[in-house]
Amino acid sequence: MNVSDSTPAMNNLMGSEADSQRTLYPYVTGTSVVGIKYKDGILLAADMGGSYGSTLRYKTVERLKSVGKHSIIGASGEISDFQEIMRNLDDLILYDNMWDDGNSFGPKEVHNYLTRMMYNRRNKFNPLWNSLVLGGVKNGQKYLGTVSMIGVHYEDNHVATGFGNHLARPLLRDEWHENLTFEEGVKLLEKCMRVLLYRDRSAVNKLQIAKITEEGVTISQPYALKTFWGFSAFKNPTAGAEGSW
Amino acid sequence: MDVSSGDLNAPHSMGTTIIGVTYNGGVVLGADSRTSTGMYVANRASDKITQLTDNVYICRSGSAADSQIVSDYVRYFLHQHTIQLGQPSTVKVAANLVRLLSYNNKNSLQTGLIVGGWDKYEGGKIYGIPLGGTVLELPFTIGGSGSSYLYGFFDQVWKEGMTQEEAEQLVVKAVSLAIARDGASGGVVRTVTINKDGVSRKFFPGDTLPLWHEELEPKESLLDILSTAASPEPMVS
Repeated sequence: MNVSDSTPAMNNLMGSEADSQRTLYPYVTGTSVVGIKYKDGILLAADMGGSYGSTLRYKTVERLKSVGKHSIIGASGEISDFQEIMRNLDDLILYDNMWDDGNSFGPKEVHNYLTRMMYNRRNKFNPLWNSLVLGGVKNGQKYLGTVSMIGVHYEDNHVATGFGNHLARPLLRDEWHENLTFEEGVKLLEKCMRVLLYRDRSAVNKLQIAKITEEGVTISQPYALKTFWGFSAFKNPTAGAEGSW
Repeated sequence: MDVSSGDLNAPHSMGTTIIGVTYNGGVVLGADSRTSTGMYVANRASDKITQLTDNVYICRSGSAADSQIVSDYVRYFLHQHTIQLGQPSTVKVAANLVRLLSYNNKNSLQTGLIVGGWDKYEGGKIYGIPLGGTVLELPFTIGGSGSSYLYGFFDQVWKEGMTQEEAEQLVVKAVSLAIARDGASGGVVRTVTINKDGVSRKFFPGDTLPLWHEELEPKESLLDILSTAASPEPMVS
């Protein structure tokens, strides 16, 4: 051990004190969030699962929330960190309302606030263990963005977190187009959520879809999707090759 | 963006739920159908109940590679044994062969197995062969990561001398309960019933399984719900 390692300038780099305060790994986690722009605004989808490691422990976790009048947020990752983020956002909106100046935070502003929050925590080696999707409409302008736990942020016509990046985005790249109707948007999101249900171990079959338009926010009641298992190949997969799977 | 296993010090869990129960006349073997690589479901309709002989089957859990190679070797040895013996092998011999491989290679293998079958000497028998190569002849046994969620369930509902219907329903219900809570188990429920009359394979897709706590009836789409809703404003914020 070098003397120089214990000088005040090098203190935080030793790790022992800093470790007692950092987030090492998540406990209760939510999986993918998928979001798309459509004709009248934004649609977000997320299931209601809160996994505890490999156990599907909680099945009514609301991972889609409204933020003020113009935005909705969807979160994956550590649920307790999401709840903390919501406390911060609700405070932000409250103070904004207290100005009572006729102006209110739009989705762009909220997204920027989230980005700063996530990035600054990351710089202190104590991240909020979430990947977030932020969508909204203000003055006819549609906005859809995402922020990761290390502060990576961008906007796009369709975004996803976690497994959604690998399974949903290819489907969206293929089938998304400008001016989707509400029905088309919902069907497209359901297609993505169904694939995630088949292929993501931490997915649960109970989801919500949130819609935001100039008029306001609506979050659907929880519901489950039908799944298809009727392929003849599924009935007896090892018929021709005993011992395989 | 995604952190997969999280804690690297946590024990390596075996993805799967497997069950073997004896009943009045034979055995019922059951399993889920999910094979995962990390958090990705590589195969959602796998067949984890593998044939060793006409009258003996094996449920596989843990490493897919290890369980397959053990099954393949045991099938090969049992085949030779059957020829030399001149009649069907017993379930006990099959279980012992599995034991030899599991025990003597215990440092390299990571697979938990359940051997079940019917022979004319002992009738229906179930043998549990967990990690390490212990062999236990039992009236019923459960294995795989999903089994953690079933110990209480079986403690409560198990009884000797069930009928075939009761045993099959019990196995399907149990695997379905495990699937509801274990992320490493999922897909369809497969059962194999073995008795003096032969072998019968059954297949229970998700929509035929009962719904458990906080599970909802699956629907085609949100749009159907919205269009049939009674109140004028079904979506609330």
